[in-house]
Amino acid sequence: MSAEALELPPSSLPGPGFGGPHGTGVVALRLAVVTAGYGSRVALEEISFEVDRGSLLAVIGPNGAGKSTLLRVLAGLLRPIAGQVQVFGAPAGANARRIAYMPQSELVDWEFPVSAGDVVMMGRYPRLGIGRGPGREDHERVRQALATVGMAHACDRQIGTLSGGQRRRIFLARALAADPDLYLLDEPVTGVDATTQEDLMDVLEAEARAGKTVVATTHDLLCAAERFQEALLLNRRIVAHGPANLVRDQELLARTYGGHVLVLPGRAGELLAIDDAHHDQPPPGERHVRPAAEP
Amino acid sequence: MDLAGLLFDPFSFAFMRLGLAAALMVGVVCAVMGSFVVLKGLAFIGDAVSHAALPGLVVAYLVGAPLYLGAGVAAVATALAIGAVSRRGGLRFDTAVGVLFAGTFALGIVLFSTIRGYTTDLLSYLLGYVLGIGPGDLVQVAILGGLVLGTVLVLRKELLFATFDPAGAAASGLPVAFLEYLLLGLLGVTIVISIQAVGIILVVAMLVTPPATAQLLVVRFNRMITLAAAIAAISAVVGLYLSFYLNVASGAAIVLVETLAFLVALLLGPRTGFRRRRAAADPSVITRPSSVP
Repeated sequence: MSAEALELPPSSLPGPGFGGPHGTGVVALRLAVVTAGYGSRVALEEISFEVDRGSLLAVIGPNGAGKSTLLRVLAGLLRPIAGQVQVFGAPAGANARRIAYMPQSELVDWEFPVSAGDVVMMGRYPRLGIGRGPGREDHERVRQALATVGMAHACDRQIGTLSGGQRRRIFLARALAADPDLYLLDEPVTGVDATTQEDLMDVLEAEARAGKTVVATTHDLLCAAERFQEALLLNRRIVAHGPANLVRDQELLARTYGGHVLVLPGRAGELLAIDDAHHDQPPPGERHVRPAAEP
Repeated sequence: MDLAGLLFDPFSFAFMRLGLAAALMVGVVCAVMGSFVVLKGLAFIGDAVSHAALPGLVVAYLVGAPLYLGAGVAAVATALAIGAVSRRGGLRFDTAVGVLFAGTFALGIVLFSTIRGYTTDLLSYLLGYVLGIGPGDLVQVAILGGLVLGTVLVLRKELLFATFDPAGAAASGLPVAFLEYLLLGLLGVTIVISIQAVGIILVVAMLVTPPATAQLLVVRFNRMITLAAAIAAISAVVGLYLSFYLNVASGAAIVLVETLAFLVALLLGPRTGFRRRRAAADPSVITRPSSVP
C-alpha cells in the first residue's frame, strides 16, 4: 500500500503534548529520507522523522514492517542504502557508548553458560576497556540495575533457567547498567505477563523522565497507547507519527496493518489487539476493520 | 612392575616427554578456542579449516618452505574466507563451507599424490603423530599456542559479549566484525599447531569434545573454559599412557579418552544424565528447561 505519511504538526495534536511531558525540544534522533534493507530487499523506504530527548516512543507495525530494521539503523548496525541518520548530532554508530540495544528474545542463545549477573555486567564491558576487569563501581551498578528490575535474587541463576518475563527484565537491567542516553529496545514487552509489562514500563518511564530517550518496538497496541508518549506507525514507510493515542485511530491502524486488525471491547473505551494470525473466521464478538480506500 | 614404574617408565623416553608436553599444550589451547567454537556453533567450520590446511602443507613441502607456514597460511586464509562468505549470505552457509572444505582437501590430496611414495607421509598428516614431535616443533607449538591463549585472555570480556549477543555488543561500540575475524584467525592457528599431534581428521574432536563435556557440567563461561582445559589435559595424559602400553595410535587414543569423558558426563551429568529426575527435585541443583516457558 502506498500510504502517505501523516505527520501532524505538534500544535494540532490532541491529548498529551507531542514529544510527551518530558519532551525537551532538543532533538536526539533525526532521520532524513532513510531507505534501508538487506541485499536487494528494501525494508524501510524514505523514512523521515525526529525524536526529542526524553521521548518515550513506541514503534508499531505488522511483521515485516521494518521495525527491527529501524532499530538496527539507529544502533548503527545496518548502514542505510540512502538518507541520513543522526543520533545526538552525529552519524549513527558514532556514539555507540551512549546507546543500549536490546535484541529480540528469539535471537538470543538461552543455553549460553552465563548467569543473569554476567549478562547485566556485559552492559559495563564497553566502558571498561581492553584487558580491564570490572571494579567495585561496576559491581555496584550491576547490583542496582538488578534491583531496579526486581531481579536482585536471580544474580547467580543461569540465564536460560529464567522465565521469558524474567529474561526481559535481565536484558533491561543490562541496558540500565550501561547508563545510556538512548535505549533501543526490540519488543521489550512481547510475551511477558501483565505485571512484568507494568514493571518494565515503569522503569522506562522513569528513564524518559530523567531525560533518556527510549525507542521500543511493540505489538501491544494497548501498551503503546497507555504507557508510551509517542507512536510511530510503520509499514515500510511511515504511516503516522504523533502522540501515543494515535494507535487508537482505527483508520490509521487499518492503513498500518493492511486490514488485519481486531478491535475488542475493553475496559477504557476499547481494547485494541492485532490479528497476526490471518484466520478466516473471526471468533464471535470480534469485527475486522477494513482498510480505507486508497486515495 | 609396581605402580610407580607403570606411571613413570613411559616418560623415561625423550619422545614420550616431548609428546606429553605437546599433547598437553595442544589439548589446552584447543579446549579454550573450542569453547568459543562450541558456543558459536563453529564445529563444522573447524573441521573445514583443518582439512583446508592440507594443500598448504603440501605446497610448503614441495617448495621446501616450513610446513607450519604453509599450513598456517592455508588454514587462516580459509577461516577468513569462511567469515567473509558468512557475512555475504546468498548460499546456505553450511553448503558453502561444505563445498570449500571438500574442494581444498581434494586439492591437497591431488598435490600430495604427485610426491613419490606419498602414502605413509599422508597418513601421518591425516592422523597425526604426537610422539614424532621434535624439540623445534615443540617450541613452535609453545609460541603459537601462547599467542592464542594470551589473545583470548586479554580479550575475554569482549569475545564473550560478542559471542553471546553480537548485535548488542556491536551497538554498544565493540568491534564485533573484527573480533569475529580474529576468532577465526586464532582458530586457524590453533588447528595448525594441532595437526601434528592429532592429525587433520581428528582436530575437530580436540576442539569440540572437551568444551561440550564441560558445558554439560557447568553453567558459567569461565568455569566451562577451565573445566574444558582440565578435561583436555587429563585426556592427553591418559591417552598417551594407553598409547604406550597398548601400542595404539596416540592422537586417536587421546580423542577416544575425551569422547569417553563426554559420554560419562552425558550419562551422569546434572542436566542430561540418569540422575536428572532426582536433581530436578533438588532446588540446590541448577537445571535448565529445554523449552521457553
